[in-house]
Amino acid sequence: MGRIQLKQVKKSFGECTVIPPLDLAIEDGEFTVFVGPSGCGKSTLLRLIAGLEDTTSGMIEIDGTNATLLPPAKRGLAMVFQSYALYPHMSVRKNIAFPMKMAGVNEAEQTKRIYAAAKALNLTDYLDRKPGQLSGGQRQRVAIGRAIVREPTAFLFDEPLSNLDAALRVGMRLEISELHKRLKTTMIYVTHDQVEAMTMADKIVVLQAGGIEQVGSPLELYKTPRNRFVAGFIGSPKMNFIEGAEAAQHNAFAIGIRPEHIDVSITHGQWQATVGVAEHLGSDTFLHVHGVPGCDPMTVRGGGDIAVNHGDTVWLTPDPQHIHKFDAEGLRIK
Amino acid sequence: MATKASKAAARLMISPAVLLLLGWMIAPLALTLYFSFLRYNLIMPGDNLFVGWENYYWFLTDPSFKAAMINTLVLVGGVLCVTVLGGIGFALLLEKPMFGQGIIRIMVIAPFFVMPTVSALIWKNMFMNPVNGIFGQIASGLGFAPIDFFGQFPLLSIIFIVSWQWLPFATLILLTALQSLDQEQLEAAEMDGASWLNRFRFIMLPHLARAITVVILIQTIFLLSTFAEILVTTNGGPGTATTNLTYLVYVSSLLQFDVGMGSAGGVIAIILANIVAIFLMRMIGKNLDA
Repeated sequence: MGRIQLKQVKKSFGECTVIPPLDLAIEDGEFTVFVGPSGCGKSTLLRLIAGLEDTTSGMIEIDGTNATLLPPAKRGLAMVFQSYALYPHMSVRKNIAFPMKMAGVNEAEQTKRIYAAAKALNLTDYLDRKPGQLSGGQRQRVAIGRAIVREPTAFLFDEPLSNLDAALRVGMRLEISELHKRLKTTMIYVTHDQVEAMTMADKIVVLQAGGIEQVGSPLELYKTPRNRFVAGFIGSPKMNFIEGAEAAQHNAFAIGIRPEHIDVSITHGQWQATVGVAEHLGSDTFLHVHGVPGCDPMTVRGGGDIAVNHGDTVWLTPDPQHIHKFDAEGLRIK
Repeated sequence: MATKASKAAARLMISPAVLLLLGWMIAPLALTLYFSFLRYNLIMPGDNLFVGWENYYWFLTDPSFKAAMINTLVLVGGVLCVTVLGGIGFALLLEKPMFGQGIIRIMVIAPFFVMPTVSALIWKNMFMNPVNGIFGQIASGLGFAPIDFFGQFPLLSIIFIVSWQWLPFATLILLTALQSLDQEQLEAAEMDGASWLNRFRFIMLPHLARAITVVILIQTIFLLSTFAEILVTTNGGPGTATTNLTYLVYVSSLLQFDVGMGSAGGVIAIILANIVAIFLMRMIGKNLDA
């Protein structure tokens, strides 16, 4: 079990309110991702759930019991830190054994669980090494191993992949997703990377300035963002926003159109524009174009074979089905 | 600075300094060794005869030598215990954010800047004196007999004074070590269910091991040669109760004017210091490798 419910949870440091009162329910077995720009309070929220920070007011319920005042160890949660926070003077084996040692698990059971975790995480050959002798990815796996052996009701991940290089990050992302499929334990994952959020989450919580902007499945957020912030944050490259006359035609203050929903042609189309930078990725080409009224520069995704370069003229046609309309407050118009 | 030529040049460049330092060390050492084999007494001028190991024989069989050895070890051991344990305690207290932190930290570190002679005199006359000292006054005020610290507990009193001087050093080193501990490690341990005591034992103490090693090594070197505090307070007495090896060498050469004997004592002190150093390096030097 691992159902976590936040009721009117608020956190302030002195005068400064980091998280205004907030409600959130995380269902058992769900992979929930907190995503938002840096400084939006997502890590603080995670630390509140972990019990490493005290709530200023409000209530945190874990599996129906009030855990607001419980110390971290009593909440039955395991956390993986951004810096891994391995104990440098202990071998991998001892690192993984530490939570069990603290819980008073007997030796035989400890050994069994260590080997099970090591096998699952490909660490069997490294059990006697110190963390300093491991690579970033291996350290990350040890940190996860240390979390697994406690058999927690939920895992908390605090930007666990941000210290890894790009290739390793993709690999670890898959491993964590697979781990979740296998264990079926609740996981809460904090990241500022919307790609991680989109690929891993069952449910994404988009945060800004401590407040929840929108909660939903990745595709829900992609297809029906509640406001301009979510629209701009989810999706890569970012959604283009057009204000002014063009938007008024759609009876909106602003319209948003994703780069992948704009058709690029070198002969005809709705808008004429000049190519600024063309990023040829092989599979796709991202064009940063100038000249569209109300949106400069506009980002457009074209096919991989499109042969345009800096200074060329292109014609753009947005897909009318994928135009998002927003009012003056930035909220979505249905 | 990696080519052969530049390495050779570097050696050439630093050689004057190395030679100077070497000479600086070798000359007194050679003279001390030379004197230690002579019958060289300032009260009896005349031929300074070569007497072989005689000075060593008399120094080692002197009853005050055994006392001095024990006193030296008790003094060093006692001060190390107090400063390391006290230092860890103070470091733990000072690490917590609190009101007036900066001033409190400076005050804790202040004793280190007081000269040994001055601090010993202050403790002797203003605190531990049975008649005029604060401790004596308090005891009398409460109706107890005042304690004559240097009469009744001479070595303990000196351990106390020297500890007071060295506690700031230990605190400072251990405090900085403690501050370099990654907070996420402590939080991880907290999540793992470790109580404060367990976090201290399994996370903080291993992290401090290296700093503790440094404190013990540096302090031992300085504490073996404790002198000013003894000279100012007890003059090595009563009897030989507070005579350590350094003080015994002083007594032989400058109170009994026996330069030969004093030199022999000095050589023995050097040998003992090296034995202690080897032991320490073996015992805890491993901590410095990692």
